[in-house]
Amino acid sequence: MATASTRNSAPSNAQRGFVYLPLIAGWLVPGLGHFLLQKWIRGALLTISIVGMFALGLAMKGKIYGGAQDILDMLGMAGDLGNGLLFLAARAFGWGAEHIQVTTADYGTKFIVVAGLLNVIAAVDAHNLRTGRKPL
Amino acid sequence: MIHPSHFAAVVLFALFASIVFGITQRETPQRMIRYGAYCFALFVGSAIVLSWVMFLIAR
Repeated sequence: MATASTRNSAPSNAQRGFVYLPLIAGWLVPGLGHFLLQKWIRGALLTISIVGMFALGLAMKGKIYGGAQDILDMLGMAGDLGNGLLFLAARAFGWGAEHIQVTTADYGTKFIVVAGLLNVIAAVDAHNLRTGRKPL
Repeated sequence: MIHPSHFAAVVLFALFASIVFGITQRETPQRMIRYGAYCFALFVGSAIVLSWVMFLIAR
């Protein structure tokens, strides 16, 4: 049975405005969803972690998936898409390697994919904070 | 271009992934730090254990 405090906790997180804004903003720019909810430290840590992982992947000459020739490429591209604007910038400016030629480039490719997947988790967390599913 | 060792790559991967897991999977700052440290230890520890297992199998 819900007490008065639990009944009031969920709506207290709910704010006016577009409820999916932190989710979309967090996907496009890592950490931005938390910044919009004034979670400055969490947002900064998420930005540093995700952008850092993406940058390290690029520095290791990791591959940015551009097309889907087989199922593994499709999965890799799905992961890369989680990086939002970072992925689009990488495609636009030709960052990353075309082919994996050294061992560290294979690590780098995984870093980029996992950065995208972590960014999706972070964006969903921002959405949960916004909707009140997770307490602020 | 950087060429980290396999272990350095594991530590960097574990560090960043653990920070995100800690923040997103727990609700209070204290529990976030504890869960992040737990994930980091599991990532690095399991990599070391599996490395030794593969080393012993290959002998």
